[in-house]
Amino acid sequence: MSDEKTVTFPVEGTHVMMFARSIGDYNPAYHDPGQGEGNPVGAQVAPPTFPQAVAQFDPEYPLRIKDGEAWFGSGGSPSGIEGKPATSGGLHAEQHFEYTRPVRPGDVLTARYSQGETWEKESRRAGKLTFTERLVDYYDQDGNHVCRARGVGVRTERPVDQG
Amino acid sequence: MKASEISVGQTFEKVVVEDLKRTQLVMYSGASGDYNPLHTDDLYCKEAAGYPGVFAHGMLTMGMTGTLVTDLFGAENVRKYGVRFTNQVWPGDTLTATATVQDIRDEDGRPVAEIGIETVNQDGKTVVLGSATGLLED
Repeated sequence: MSDEKTVTFPVEGTHVMMFARSIGDYNPAYHDPGQGEGNPVGAQVAPPTFPQAVAQFDPEYPLRIKDGEAWFGSGGSPSGIEGKPATSGGLHAEQHFEYTRPVRPGDVLTARYSQGETWEKESRRAGKLTFTERLVDYYDQDGNHVCRARGVGVRTERPVDQG
Repeated sequence: MKASEISVGQTFEKVVVEDLKRTQLVMYSGASGDYNPLHTDDLYCKEAAGYPGVFAHGMLTMGMTGTLVTDLFGAENVRKYGVRFTNQVWPGDTLTATATVQDIRDEDGRPVAEIGIETVNQDGKTVVLGSATGLLED
């Protein structure tokens, strides 16, 4: 299991505030302008699933429009890429976070990605399923471990049957 | 949450979203950086991807469910939080998360609680199943 890549992830109060709102969490720990000088947003800590927002800082992240590249979402036609397979590829099967300490605004995290295991399963609702495990370890500016994220993605043979 | 205030088998319940709005999917896309059109682009879903419409990011459901975990422990005290995604979540869904205390023990000399987590939609269908561990106050 070798390191695939590293991404630098500066954690900012405004980002924490927006992330917390997006999951419907209005706890003042994430946004309280009354928290004093030098911290106008007042975010004290990040929600436990916040490390996933490292995607914003990953230059290769595939699910974001990039300069000069075709995008598979709709514009004038249903997909910007003709002949794209029926699903965009992956769905999320599992996600786990293990914390050494909480993530806080002001942290500058380094995310180290590595590939885990791959396995297959047959399913009635979506055909052959291919599972891929991915590990991301987050370290702080002092090199100390903060969090390990373990995600399992699944590629389906066909869209998931809704029946 | 204090160690003296909880016991194994105790449950906590929270409605983590009522009538999920498409706008919240857009908010989560913008904040998380996951702009997969499956979550915001109805035309793409119906005519290119073969789904009945947009559906929630698994991570949005995990995030909303996680508000029960942080309500109980406080975000700074969460040690572990993990889920499996068992069914898709759609606009209009109302989700109820339930935490069940499974174990209370000492880890590195500090009291922790392990909770099992299940979130169901308005039809009683499980959408995420998982667990979390958090530090307790003495």
